[in-house]
Amino acid sequence: MYNFEYKKAGSVDEAAGIVGADDEAKLLAGGMTYIPTLKQRLAAPTTVVDLNGVGGMDGISADGNGVTVGAMARHAAVAASAEVAAAIPALADLASHIGDPQVRNRGTIGGSIANNDPAADYPAALVGLGATVQTNKRTIAADDFFTGLFETALGQDEIVTAVSFPRAGKAAYMKFPNPASRYAIVGVFVAQAADGVRVAVTGAGPCVFRVAEMEAALAANWSADSVAGLGISADGLNEDIHASAEYRAHLVTVMAKRAVAKAG
Amino acid sequence: MTVSVSLTVNGEAVSADVEPRTLLVQMLREELGLTGTHVGCDTSQCGACVVHVDGESVKACTLLAVQAEGADVKTIEGVADGDTLHPMQQAFHENHGLQCGFCTPGMIMSALDLVKNNPDPSEREIREWLEGNLCRCTGYHNIVKSIDAGARAMRG
Ligand SMILES: Cc1cc2nc3c(=O)[nH]c(=O)nc-3n(C[C@H](O)[C@H](O)[C@H](O)COP(=O)(O)OP(=O)(O)OC[C@H]3O[C@@H](n4cnc5c(N)ncnc54)[C@H](O)[C@@H]3O)c2cc1C
Ligand code: FES
Ligand code: FES
Repeated sequence: MYNFEYKKAGSVDEAAGIVGADDEAKLLAGGMTYIPTLKQRLAAPTTVVDLNGVGGMDGISADGNGVTVGAMARHAAVAASAEVAAAIPALADLASHIGDPQVRNRGTIGGSIANNDPAADYPAALVGLGATVQTNKRTIAADDFFTGLFETALGQDEIVTAVSFPRAGKAAYMKFPNPASRYAIVGVFVAQAADGVRVAVTGAGPCVFRVAEMEAALAANWSADSVAGLGISADGLNEDIHASAEYRAHLVTVMAKRAVAKAG
Repeated sequence: MTVSVSLTVNGEAVSADVEPRTLLVQMLREELGLTGTHVGCDTSQCGACVVHVDGESVKACTLLAVQAEGADVKTIEGVADGDTLHPMQQAFHENHGLQCGFCTPGMIMSALDLVKNNPDPSEREIREWLEGNLCRCTGYHNIVKSIDAGARAMRG
C-alpha cells in the first residue's frame, strides 16, 4: 500500500472541503472496496478522508412514504432493521445477502452506490424501486445516478448522505451469486414500484439497467410466466471467467422469473 | 510520518506509533506480537484475520489501525480463560474442526459473533454465516460440527 495522510472528518462539510480542494483525496466509508484497492496499489491517494466519525449519517427511518437509509448505514443494519423489514422487506432481504457477515458489518450503502461496481446488489434496489439519492448538494433520481461502469453522477466534492426508497407493492430480488464473493453474476430486482412496475438488472451489463419489455409484461399480468418468454440480447453484456455474455443474458430471464415468483 | 494509536486489546490498554497505511492486522501481529490473527489473502475474502472490534466480527486486514483508535479489540489470544480453553475452542479440539489450523482463529472469532446473535443456530445458519471464512483443508464439515457443539456448550 502506498502511504497517505489520514483525516477523520467530523462533518460532511469538512469531508467535502478536503476532497473539493484536492482531486487526489479520497473518501473512506466501510472500506470493503477501497481498502482492498489500496492494498493492491490500484490507488494512490494523497489523503484518505474517513467518514466513520461523522455523526448522524447512519440512521434508518421509515414513514408513510417509504424508507430513508443514511449513507453510512452498514449492510448488516439494513438487513436487521425492523423498519426496513416492515416497509420494504425486499430491501432488507437484498442487504442480508451482500458478501459475508464481516463485509456486512462494515460495508455501507453510500460506499456501495458511489463505487457502482457492475456486480453490486444495491444499484438494483435503487433503480428497481425508483429511489432518490441525497447528496450534500442535491437529490438525484436513481435512474440518473448510475451512469456507467464504476461511474456515477457524483462530482468530486459530492458526498452521498442518504438514500430514500419509496414504498412498493410486491417486490423481490433474486441473484445468481458468484460462489466465492457473493457479488451478483446476475441479479434482478422486480417491483410494483411507486411509479409503476420496474425490472432492474445488475451484474449482467457494465451498469445497472431496466428491461422495458419485462416491465410492460408484468404491468399487464404480474406472474412469472409473463417474463418467461422474454429475453435480452447478449450484445454488450459482461463476459469474464465466471460467465459468458450469453449465459448472463439467459440468467436475466431466469432470475426475473424467480424474483416475480418470490415476490408472490 | 506516523500516528499514535491507542486502543484496548484483549482487555489491556495498548498504543503504538503506526503509519496511516498500517492495517489493524499488521499492528496486531507486528507491533503487538499477537500472531494468532492470520493473513490468508489480499482480497478481503478468506476471513483468517477476523477479530472483534467493539463486539462485532470484522476483517482486521480491511481496517486501518488508525480507524481502531479508542476501540475495544478482541483477538483469538483473548478468548481462553488462562489455560482453560473457551468452550468454542474446546469444541474445535474435540470435533477435529481443524487440520492445518490456519483458518481456525478466524473461524472461532466468526463463530463467537454468530453465537452472540443467535445462540442456537441451525446447521444451515452456521454454513451461511461462514460465507466469509475459507478453509483449504477440512471441507467445512467438522467446522460446522464444532460450532454446533460449541454453541451447545455455551448455552450450558
Ligand atoms: C469479500 C467481499 C464480498 C463482497 N460481496 C458483495 C456482494 O455480494 N454484493 C455487493 O453489492 N457488494 C459486495 N461487496 C462490496 C461491499 O458491499 C462494499 O461494502 C461496497 O461495495 C463498498 O462500500 P464501503 O462502505 O465499504 O465503501 P468504501 O470501500 O469505503 O468506498 C468505496 C468507494 O466509494 C466512495 N464513497 C464511500 N462513501 C461515499 C459517500 N458517502 N459519498 C461518496 N462517495 C463515497 C469511496 O471514496 C470509494 O471510492 C463485497 C466486498 C468484499 C470485500
Ligand atoms: S486476510 Fe483474507 S480476509 Fe483478511
Ligand atoms: S484447517 Fe487448514 S485452512 Fe482450515
